[in-house]
Amino acid sequence: MTDIRDSLMVGRTSDGRLVRRPLSPHLQVYRLNSGMVMSITHRITGAALTVGTLLLTWWLAAAASGDAAYGAVSGFMRSWFGVLILLGWTAALWYHFFAGIRHLIWDTGRALDKPDAYRTGVAVLAGTAILTAITWIVGLVLL
Amino acid sequence: MSETAKSATLRDNRGTAQVHVMRSQLGRVRGLGAGHTGTHHWWMQRLTSIALVPLTLWFVFVVLHLIGAPRQQVAHFVANPINAGLLAALVIATFHHTQAGLQVIIEDYVHAEGVRVASIIVMKGLVVLLALISLIAVAKLAFSG
Repeated sequence: MTDIRDSLMVGRTSDGRLVRRPLSPHLQVYRLNSGMVMSITHRITGAALTVGTLLLTWWLAAAASGDAAYGAVSGFMRSWFGVLILLGWTAALWYHFFAGIRHLIWDTGRALDKPDAYRTGVAVLAGTAILTAITWIVGLVLL
Repeated sequence: MSETAKSATLRDNRGTAQVHVMRSQLGRVRGLGAGHTGTHHWWMQRLTSIALVPLTLWFVFVVLHLIGAPRQQVAHFVANPINAGLLAALVIATFHHTQAGLQVIIEDYVHAEGVRVASIIVMKGLVVLLALISLIAVAKLAFSG
C-alpha cells in the first residue's frame, strides 16, 4: 500500500470478493442545480477578477509614472473594449463579493440546509444585479 | 489497488477487511503533505477575504470618486497617508487572495505534477511582481504626490 487513504477504498462485492469501491457519480451524471452553477461561477469570477488586478496595477503604475502613461490608461478605460472590461469587472466583483460572504457564513456552519442555501443564493444574485446597476448609474452620472 | 486488497487480509468480527497501519495519528498529521500548511492556506484565504470586504467597498467608492479625474487629482488623493495606507492594504490583501485562489484552481485542474508545480511557481512569481509594482507606485505617489 502506498497511501493510507487507499484503505478507505476497500470494499466487498455481494459474493465476498474484495474490490476497490467505486467513486461517487461523475459530475456529468447529476442534474445541474443552482448550487453547482453558483459554485463554479464563484470560481470563474475569482479567476476573471485577476484581469481586474492587472488593470489596478496598470492604473497605479501609470498614475505614478506621468501624464502620458496616465492618459493611455484613461483612454483605454474610455474605449468600448475598456468599458466592456470594466462592466465585466464590476459584475464579477459584486458576484464574488456576495458569494464570498455567503461562503464565510457557511464556514461558521450556518445556513447550510437546502432552503437557506436557496435563499442566500437568490440574495447573492439580487445583490450582484443591484450593486452592479448602482455602481454604473453612479459612475455614468459622474463621468 | 489490487495490492491493497491482497495485503488487507485481517478481518474484524463482521468479516470486514482491516488494514493495520503501524503509525500514530500524530505521525500521520506531521508526516503527510497537507498536515504542514493546508490549514494555514485555507485560513489565510478566509482572513484576506474578510479584510477585502471593507477594503473593496472603500475601493469602489475611490474609483467612483476618481473616475475621469486628471492624474494630479489621483496623486493628490494618494498623497494622503490614510488613503495610501488603505490602498497598500488593498493591494496586499487582493494579491494574497489572488495567488491563494489561483493556486487552488491550478491544483484542481492541472494533474501532471511537473506542469502543476511549474504553473504555480510562474503564477506566484507574476502575482508577486504585480503586487510589488502596485506597492511601489502607491509609495511613489504617497511620497511625491
